[in-house]
Amino acid sequence: MYRYTLKRLLQGLITIWFIATATFIAMHSVPGDPLINERGVNEEIRRNLEERYGLDRPITEQYIIYMGNMIRGDFGISFTQQNRSVNDIIREHFPVSATLGILAIVFAGLGGVLWGALTALYRNRLPDIIVMFLVILGISVPSFVIAALGQLALVGLNGLAGFSILPVAGWGTVLHMLVPSLVLGLSTMAFLTRLMRSSMLEIISADFVRTAYSKGLPPTRVFMKHQLRNAILPVITVLGPAIAAITTGGFVVELVFAIPGLGRFFVQAVQQLDYTVIMGTTVFYGAFLVFMVIAVDLIYGLVDPRVRLE
Amino acid sequence: MSNIKSDTSEALTRTGSIQLLWLGLAATVGIAILMALLSWASALTGSSTATLDAIDEDSETVTLLLRTEPPQLDSTRATDSVSISLLGHVMEGLLRFDENNQLAPGVAERWEIREDGATFWLRPDARWNDGIPVTAHDFVFAWRTALAPENASEYAFILYPVKNGELINSGALPIEALGVHAVSDRILEVEFEQPLAYFEELVAFSTYNPIREDFYRSREGRYGADVEDLLYNGPFQMTVWVHGAHVRLEKNQNYWGRDRIRLNVIDMPYFTTDATSALNLFKDGKVAVVDYLGAEQLDEVLQQRWQLQRFGDGSVWFLAFNFAPDRVTANLHLRKALQLVTDPGELVNRIIKLPGNLPGESLFPVWLQGVDTFFRQEHPVQQITLDADAAREHLRIAMEELGIESPPSISLLVDDTPGAAKQAEYFQNLYRTELGIDIRIDRQIFKQRLAKMQSQDFDLAVYGWGPDFADPLTFGELFASWNPNNNGRFINEEYDESVRLAQSSLDPKTRMEAFARQQEILIEQVALIPNYERGRVYITDRRLKGVVRRAVGPDPDYTNAYITPSP
Amino acid sequence: MSNLSLTTADFEPIKLQRETQTISRPSLSYWRDAWVRLKTNKRALISLFIIVGLLVFTIAGPWIWTIDPSAQDLDQLSTPPGANRVAKIVAPYHPWAGVTTEPAPISTQPTWATQEVRLAEPATTQAVRLEWDPVPAATGYRVYRNIYDPEPDGALGLPIGEIYDARRVSYEDLLDLSPTRFWYSIVATDDLGREVAEYTTLVVDVVRVITIDQAVVAGLEGPNGPLELGDEVLIKFHPLGTDYLGRDMLARLMYGARVSLFIGIIAPLFFVLIGILYGSAAGFIGGKTDQILMRFADFVVALPFLLFMILFKIAFGIGPGESGIFPMLVALVVLSWPATARLVRGQILQIREEAYIGASQLLGAKTYYLILRHMIPNTLGVILVTLTFAVPTVIFVEAFLSFIGMGVAPPTPSWGSMCNEGIQTMLNHPHELIFPALFISITVLAFNLLGDGLRDALDARMRSRE
Repeated sequence: MYRYTLKRLLQGLITIWFIATATFIAMHSVPGDPLINERGVNEEIRRNLEERYGLDRPITEQYIIYMGNMIRGDFGISFTQQNRSVNDIIREHFPVSATLGILAIVFAGLGGVLWGALTALYRNRLPDIIVMFLVILGISVPSFVIAALGQLALVGLNGLAGFSILPVAGWGTVLHMLVPSLVLGLSTMAFLTRLMRSSMLEIISADFVRTAYSKGLPPTRVFMKHQLRNAILPVITVLGPAIAAITTGGFVVELVFAIPGLGRFFVQAVQQLDYTVIMGTTVFYGAFLVFMVIAVDLIYGLVDPRVRLE
Repeated sequence: MSNIKSDTSEALTRTGSIQLLWLGLAATVGIAILMALLSWASALTGSSTATLDAIDEDSETVTLLLRTEPPQLDSTRATDSVSISLLGHVMEGLLRFDENNQLAPGVAERWEIREDGATFWLRPDARWNDGIPVTAHDFVFAWRTALAPENASEYAFILYPVKNGELINSGALPIEALGVHAVSDRILEVEFEQPLAYFEELVAFSTYNPIREDFYRSREGRYGADVEDLLYNGPFQMTVWVHGAHVRLEKNQNYWGRDRIRLNVIDMPYFTTDATSALNLFKDGKVAVVDYLGAEQLDEVLQQRWQLQRFGDGSVWFLAFNFAPDRVTANLHLRKALQLVTDPGELVNRIIKLPGNLPGESLFPVWLQGVDTFFRQEHPVQQITLDADAAREHLRIAMEELGIESPPSISLLVDDTPGAAKQAEYFQNLYRTELGIDIRIDRQIFKQRLAKMQSQDFDLAVYGWGPDFADPLTFGELFASWNPNNNGRFINEEYDESVRLAQSSLDPKTRMEAFARQQEILIEQVALIPNYERGRVYITDRRLKGVVRRAVGPDPDYTNAYITPSP
Repeated sequence: MSNLSLTTADFEPIKLQRETQTISRPSLSYWRDAWVRLKTNKRALISLFIIVGLLVFTIAGPWIWTIDPSAQDLDQLSTPPGANRVAKIVAPYHPWAGVTTEPAPISTQPTWATQEVRLAEPATTQAVRLEWDPVPAATGYRVYRNIYDPEPDGALGLPIGEIYDARRVSYEDLLDLSPTRFWYSIVATDDLGREVAEYTTLVVDVVRVITIDQAVVAGLEGPNGPLELGDEVLIKFHPLGTDYLGRDMLARLMYGARVSLFIGIIAPLFFVLIGILYGSAAGFIGGKTDQILMRFADFVVALPFLLFMILFKIAFGIGPGESGIFPMLVALVVLSWPATARLVRGQILQIREEAYIGASQLLGAKTYYLILRHMIPNTLGVILVTLTFAVPTVIFVEAFLSFIGMGVAPPTPSWGSMCNEGIQTMLNHPHELIFPALFISITVLAFNLLGDGLRDALDARMRSRE
């Protein structure tokens, strides 16, 4: 177990090195010039800017310096926000994205399990049809359309109520988080609902359920211990990839709902070719996802006795 | 058998749904607790934003939104409109713009401009927000810092009129050689590089703001990066700056003109570039101003019966040509052909569709002052009559001169904003149907477009120029052969001569005639095809008055704003 | 026994019989079996028909609906489907000098209300020309236009004109005129340039007009022979309305489908193909090579997808006149192949251990037979399912990139970019959002349901209980 964990972590570190290298190469092959601005500057200033960001050195040297700094956990200074370090930017904005992501995952996970189980119980009846309609919506409508419609619905709701029930944009309080995280979690919830439904249907007619029932166990116990618990297992397996989908999917929600998360910063940084912010964000996200996947695997090993970690 | 089975499943359905109900309740409670925890945690990291209404009469607070995060508030480095607008609230230069957009005394209570220089007498009650007086030394330090090559300020050029400015900026002279001196704490002496007609306009620009040396040094390279990394001498001071999320300005009690300032707090807890979100916030009563709208949003605004206002933001937009000899656009007849089929009126009325945008006729916008009245009234533009037949004739000659059989294919460089793409598509269709010219749209993200512009990698480019100061020179200079922003390298000796005259002369009449000549040359040579002078349409809450919009200087300006009680 | 009669024929040796028994039902091949099962799944079948329909719409549509998707009809901007198309023929537009008066004598008691506002000429979509009686002591005028009645709260609407000359008592409105009702309000300004409280409103019904030249270009004909001034004609028909540049939505949706479906189908085809080659290579060779290959695939999987998609998109760059479809394809393929590679490798490793492979080998089957007969059919099912599920994902990625402004370059339409444009005008012109969004949704749904159906039909082990 310890050896396995150690091995996974080591692999994770190598993966992060790969991500950093790939980002470095991709970014430096982007045509354009991060130091260029609307007002042209003279040679001397240009040289000074290049020196400040180390762009006057050969590319291999830049790479080595960058890797060295990264190992020390220093992502450098932003090109556009010239007095702020990328570490500051990540420290301030990642918690926002993470909060949004955690809530979305919780919504998606709990919602998926509950709706999935419900639809399986009421298969082909009204509750099933209603929930499946929502699922279809979540699966087939692009996220930015859902986000825009969600915000519009909020405005309508507040207009009907005559006062502000839920804020339409911004960040800070519990109320700000509710709708954006629901919107963010919707497609994953839809996916998990479908998964849960089919896994539940499989188990409803499984032999061990019938056995449990016929040997006189109370239905409550059969449902909780035998059905739900077993049906949830496949849902847990896909949570890892789902976390990745949700963290990056936060872009749209952050843009539409004016949430100061890291995704929005990344889009801006790309527009501005802000090398250090692009590098920092990508490597950080990459590392985060790598360790999340490792964590989910380890947890799964603990939850499901059939899975052996080697 | 089947009966038993269906009975079982019915029982299961019933118990199952009751169980699920309980689970659902538990989940809801759990989520509520989790959300409370998360919001508590995010309050710890300081990214929380207030949720006051747009206007709070009791505390005289107005809530607004910001388009983007100011990169930093170091006045020597600020270039974007958001930073300059914020600096206009929290800082004050020697001169400022008043509520009627006129220059008014700022830190300087009186001044004198001579042919070789200027003297400013500073007011004794101008103070930093820590109570220490603003002195002439603070200006000397700030100007030197802005020009120091290692500071690498993009707006350093705006200080070039000060003696030795350009040489210092290129590293040829030490910063101490700059022609600005503090005669005493309250007298600032400036020497000019050459006679200068518009220095008053310049010192109101944010790059000329004061910076206190001891404070600047104590921040160790973080000056202007955060709320505690800045000293304020303006009407407001910043009390909250959560990056990307929240800026809060409060009245500066040490400001000399504090009695004039009527708002207590300007709160900006929303940062969004998304116009729809901005309008939704306004609709929800959360922000008091949406500082510009798109044409698509006007019907909604009309339906809501909100009060629309407009102003010209001063910028001029045009199609720029590449004059490099190997480009087809270097051919005068080709440019002439394009000019003769381009109807800026159609572009403004049918495509942009926003009131306040004026069809472009010249590089010099209508709002520029001439000698007695507006420059464009004194020197009307030579009108161009659209003529598709004449255009095709010019195209034929151009093709002959270029030695090509069919109309050329031309690239059109645009940035990636939706508006730019729309205009590019309009031009593409226009030139294809009228002249058979194939326009290849080259849409690039911001920095890539700039790189392509500056490396002259385009035929045509959609280009906008906003004024740095309120003198026709800020536009006229643009096509001088030595100007780094003359990206297409338009070179015309007579034009250069006339720009030099306008730069060095002090006589308004001579200068305006020089600009009029420049205007003529640009149209004769088809150095550009004017598209429009940009207008903005904005909405303000009916209770908020005194918001000032301007083309040059901090915009929007809330320093004179006040709240009227709701009826 | 007794009635047993034998003939000589009964003693003929039995000929070698090849067919010992007849099978009562025709043998079902793997694919036919899958097809039979798919046919019973109504949802999948309908989805399949929808997809075929979409492909026909995409490929054959432009042959039937031959409108140029980039032709701009500036007389019909953002027109919803089913709008009134009647237009009157008028003379070409001529500039108007406007009306100026001598300054009115300044009365001792300024009156601010304009006496009367009237139309100088009939209001058409070419121009609305207003003139009014001068207001004593006014220094200028402001002209407002609304699509709603300004009463009772004085919401004058759009500030369309500012006049700084007191003698000027007319205004020509050219801004975005459409055949509808406008309320024009004129307000005088006082000596400080401030608007006064009083205003006069004129209700104007604008008539849609076109000139003879325009009508001829559009191929319109009059009711009796050549067109004359004053004739009424029906202008161009756009079944799904037009977009913000007056382009036909239906034609654009067809060409947009070409882009969206092209990317949506070609990209998965390529990355699945690469995945198959890579995965099967790893699976067959095994050992160290397998480990190295798979470790590399793990690296690529770990790259944050959307972030790298954006990075690659700008790194490849789009030149002038290029649509940017190719860089998007490359980026998608580069980032998406490892999933299939893993899957195929897993399948091959698994199948290699199956008992029937061993049996087949014992019966003397050759490697190529094993590959052709067992490996490929058994993995193809899974691959086909992956492929089907990849299509909606890719269509969403394309839409997302359009949303953040990094999709295909204009003027190339795609459903994603049309959606993104539609979102801006969602409130005023919902048709510009609804149609492309509907197409995306239907396509994504159809591919998802078909994928479910295929999975059930092709792979008994993965079959869900429906």
